[in-house]
Amino acid sequence: MNNLRWKIGGHALAVVATLLLGGLLSATLVRLAPGFDADERELDPHLNTQSVQALREARRHEHNIFHFYLSYLNHSLHGDLGTSLALGQPVRTLLGDRLPLTTRLLTTGLGLAWMLSLTLALSAAWLRLSIFDVFTTVVSGTFLCIPAAVLALLSVLWNLPGSLAIALIVFPRTYRYASNLLVKVYSRPHILAARARGLGEARILFRHVVPVVTPQLLAVAGVSVSVAVGAAIPVEALCGLPGVGQLAWQAALARDLPLLVNITILVTLVTLLANSAADVIGHVVQRREI
Amino acid sequence: MSLGRKLACAALVLVMSASAAANWLAPAGYSKQYREATNAPPSHTHWLGTDEIGRDRFARVLYGTRISLLLAPAAALLSTLMAAFFGGLAGYLGGAWARTAMAVTDLFLSLPWLFLLIAARALMPLNVSPLISVLVTFLLLGLLGWTTAARVLCTTAASLRTSDFVRQARAAGLTGQRLFWMHVVPNLKPVLYAQFWISIPVFILSEANLGILGLGVAEPMPSWGSLLKELEGLVSVGEEPWKFAPLILLAVVVTSFQLLLSKQEEAA
Amino acid sequence: MKRKERQSEMMVAPCWKAIAAAIICLGSLLGCATAQASGELKFCLRTEPKTFNPLKVEDEASGTIRYLTGGVLVRVNRQSQELEPELAQTWKLSKDGRQISFHLRSGLSFSDGTTFSAEDVAYTVQQLMDPALHSPTGDAFRSGTGNVETKILSPTQISIRFPAPVAGLDRLFDQVAILSGHSPKKEMAVLGPFMVADYKAGSTVLLKRNPNYWKSDEQGRKLPYLDSIRLDIQPNRDVEMLRFKRGELDLINSLDSEYFDKLATTSPQLVHDAGASLDSEQLWFNEVAKSPIPKYKKAWFHSANFRRAISEAINREDLSRVVFHGHAQPAAGPFSPANKFWFNAKLKPQTYSPDGALKALQSDGFRMENGTLKDKDGNEVVFSIITNAGNKYRERMAVLIQEDLQKIGIHVNVVTLDFPSLIERMTQSFDYEAILLGLTNVDLDPNGEMNVWLSSSENHQWNPQQKTPETSWEAEIDRQMRAQASSSDLKKRKEAFDRVQEIVVDQEPFIFLINKNALSAVSTSVHGAAPVILSPQTFWNAERLAVSAK
Repeated sequence: MNNLRWKIGGHALAVVATLLLGGLLSATLVRLAPGFDADERELDPHLNTQSVQALREARRHEHNIFHFYLSYLNHSLHGDLGTSLALGQPVRTLLGDRLPLTTRLLTTGLGLAWMLSLTLALSAAWLRLSIFDVFTTVVSGTFLCIPAAVLALLSVLWNLPGSLAIALIVFPRTYRYASNLLVKVYSRPHILAARARGLGEARILFRHVVPVVTPQLLAVAGVSVSVAVGAAIPVEALCGLPGVGQLAWQAALARDLPLLVNITILVTLVTLLANSAADVIGHVVQRREI
Repeated sequence: MSLGRKLACAALVLVMSASAAANWLAPAGYSKQYREATNAPPSHTHWLGTDEIGRDRFARVLYGTRISLLLAPAAALLSTLMAAFFGGLAGYLGGAWARTAMAVTDLFLSLPWLFLLIAARALMPLNVSPLISVLVTFLLLGLLGWTTAARVLCTTAASLRTSDFVRQARAAGLTGQRLFWMHVVPNLKPVLYAQFWISIPVFILSEANLGILGLGVAEPMPSWGSLLKELEGLVSVGEEPWKFAPLILLAVVVTSFQLLLSKQEEAA
Repeated sequence: MKRKERQSEMMVAPCWKAIAAAIICLGSLLGCATAQASGELKFCLRTEPKTFNPLKVEDEASGTIRYLTGGVLVRVNRQSQELEPELAQTWKLSKDGRQISFHLRSGLSFSDGTTFSAEDVAYTVQQLMDPALHSPTGDAFRSGTGNVETKILSPTQISIRFPAPVAGLDRLFDQVAILSGHSPKKEMAVLGPFMVADYKAGSTVLLKRNPNYWKSDEQGRKLPYLDSIRLDIQPNRDVEMLRFKRGELDLINSLDSEYFDKLATTSPQLVHDAGASLDSEQLWFNEVAKSPIPKYKKAWFHSANFRRAISEAINREDLSRVVFHGHAQPAAGPFSPANKFWFNAKLKPQTYSPDGALKALQSDGFRMENGTLKDKDGNEVVFSIITNAGNKYRERMAVLIQEDLQKIGIHVNVVTLDFPSLIERMTQSFDYEAILLGLTNVDLDPNGEMNVWLSSSENHQWNPQQKTPETSWEAEIDRQMRAQASSSDLKKRKEAFDRVQEIVVDQEPFIFLINKNALSAVSTSVHGAAPVILSPQTFWNAERLAVSAK
């Protein structure tokens, strides 16, 4: 019991350390990238020298990144995530307002993408028809070649939900893994033997295929969350969905340090959760089989 | 050799030889601006019409093929090898190694690399030749694109580590490197092929998107990515179907790659 | 207009058509009635508005909301470019240009019911001139050090005294939306035709009609006609166009020329080309002495002959024809002919002549070797042009210029950068050779560009923050700009600024390329629209616009 508690504690500590590191690294990246000190507003010819200087002065406290990060952490412990520079609003409200939409968008999009890839991949593995293989390859290949922005625009053009665009961006990226893994498993000797013995397809699937392939498919699923998060940026921006993806893009263009650090920590958290969940469930499934 | 594979081979050979013969097939070159015939529909002089500033789209597709079809697979190979190395090794070693490697991968997946790319552009001189710029871009893409596959590979390798046949191999006295290369790596192939295949179009498109940071091909040089970006003006593309030519070509090439790879996979 | 046509139709209609015609007429009357009484106007903001405080406005989106909600003392009529009374019935400038007094309308109140008086004007001016505010609107009034004095003479009379003369003082008040000094709702209490009713960050701003708006039309009906305006935040032009075509939007301001042509072929009644706007696109070379570029390149860029030759080798007609589909005019100088009063009519756009350019360069010691231009020390003439990524028209212009200059043996590298990186190179590291950018000009008065032309200023882009003018022509520009700013005699001011325009065109620190036309699209369901060149092109008369059901 004590051992387990230690283990959980250790994991939690690792997660927190990774999150903190992620925040610091992202702050450093933003700070070191050119354009950090540049403000579009400086170009307004109405502004006099004092005002231009004041604009530049406003970011002085962010110059020393460690100093900035420590004070950010200190404030965030008290529930204050800082104020967005570009939008002038507290980061907490900005994220709070936009998170539900993005969560819904991503879960629906990922769900659709996985339904599509698993259906196609399983059909391909069962049918073992080369023509079907070619067909799915052409479909997934074509979607892979269409720029994400174009898919998003198409969804606007045909009045389709943004989650479908996310699904169509994610699907070809997961389908290929799923299909390759399934084909590999189905070509294993003991499954070929089971088929020869006339075992039912369902039985083969649940007894022999699922246990082997689940941990790996789960790993792909975990990673596909990151892919979907990336896809949310163009989709939200083009479909006019006020979510975190749209916010992240605005923040990046404005070099909005407080907002970017928070978004990175959030994305890191989601990635860690998704991938750890995939690992843990994968382990459980595998262990149960053994 | 199945019919599909034959077709795939033929398509790839055709595309590659056409791009190699670009000088001859499109002698006017990719940068000549026919300013009197901008945004023209296909005709006998411009087989795929012209772009917004009157450059022959057919020539641009051919010359773009040279760059994209050479560099994207190279970058995809680089990222696949990196994924195999980091993911495979971490999964195979297991324990604290795997956990650390996966934490690093998770971080890698979440960081805003955009800013690293912006900084990379700033480190390059402004007067850099278009070719160097595109080389650097694909190199960066290859170096940053391995994480997804690494994560899947780590899981696969970890499950292999505890699998029966690796245990048997161990019992038979195989150790270390030999075990890794002979029994672990071959079983990672499905994932490696998937990574390689997905990376090609993804990198081709990313290259074009990095244009906004001053990376990627520089004008007037074409690439498939920059040609595909034309599709973003979708409202008008609907009336001009020939603008889909680069997309169809890329889809054909990507499909052909997969058909060739899938045969390899079954053999593996 | 529409109704008139229909009535005349009815006159010639045979009897058996009378009923049908009556129905049509009734329909159109009903349409008109709904247009007068209600309607929601819908269009896009291209960015998130950064503030609803009119004094802090810096971006276009906030400016749009200020224009639609703010009440101002005087308004520049966007059509006639003349100054017209609004909250102030009359106003008077003192001879020395330091003082302005307003006589205000009485009996007006803010959207929340708070009454409006001279106290509110005094409050607004004090807030605006607070040095800590650093707003562009406030800075435009700052001509010298010292305090601004406001004197309330009566509830409807106020005079404002500035520490130094401010050129074009009265026109500057077009940008000053009056705040309430007493309202608990602060800046959300407005005097303009509309008020902010709802704001969904990242999505929409909803404006509702201000029930307390003071204006009525000639028939005595209260303005504005519209019930509400829905502003969707949508940065993507393709999506904006798509939604307009689908009827989800009623108008598009500053329409892309590509889309203009596409729309014009199918539905010409929707698009408006108001002619050359105030906006210009220009190219300039880095003339900063401490910039980290090779010495020999600095020598080229410092040479007026070199700049003139580049200017001569650029085909402006093609830029306008190819890139903007003819919806742009070759630029003659810093001000567009659209600026009726201030444009120097003597100036003509540079004619395109690669041979002339080459000759001029050869007389400066440059020579052609195997199709490559070399300077007198044998350095190949190669430079990069940076521009902001994402603006496809600018990218295309750069590529056209690249080919134009190739003809005289100059190799140009085109680099697109994200805006912050570009600004850093332009204003801080000075690590660039040439920049292609545009200026959106909202002011008619040259005083608004004081900080562009003064050699000491931050926005003197080709060589900012000079302690003393480095060239004699920059010294002359400084002198003339100061002269026009300190004079209240319009004729003298015009003479001085004419001289500035001539020097700029002669020296070409900015190589002015084209003036974009003011293009817009307005749905047929919008009544009363009369797009103009001044911003906000399509909805400058928002209070008199109406929307009928589609």
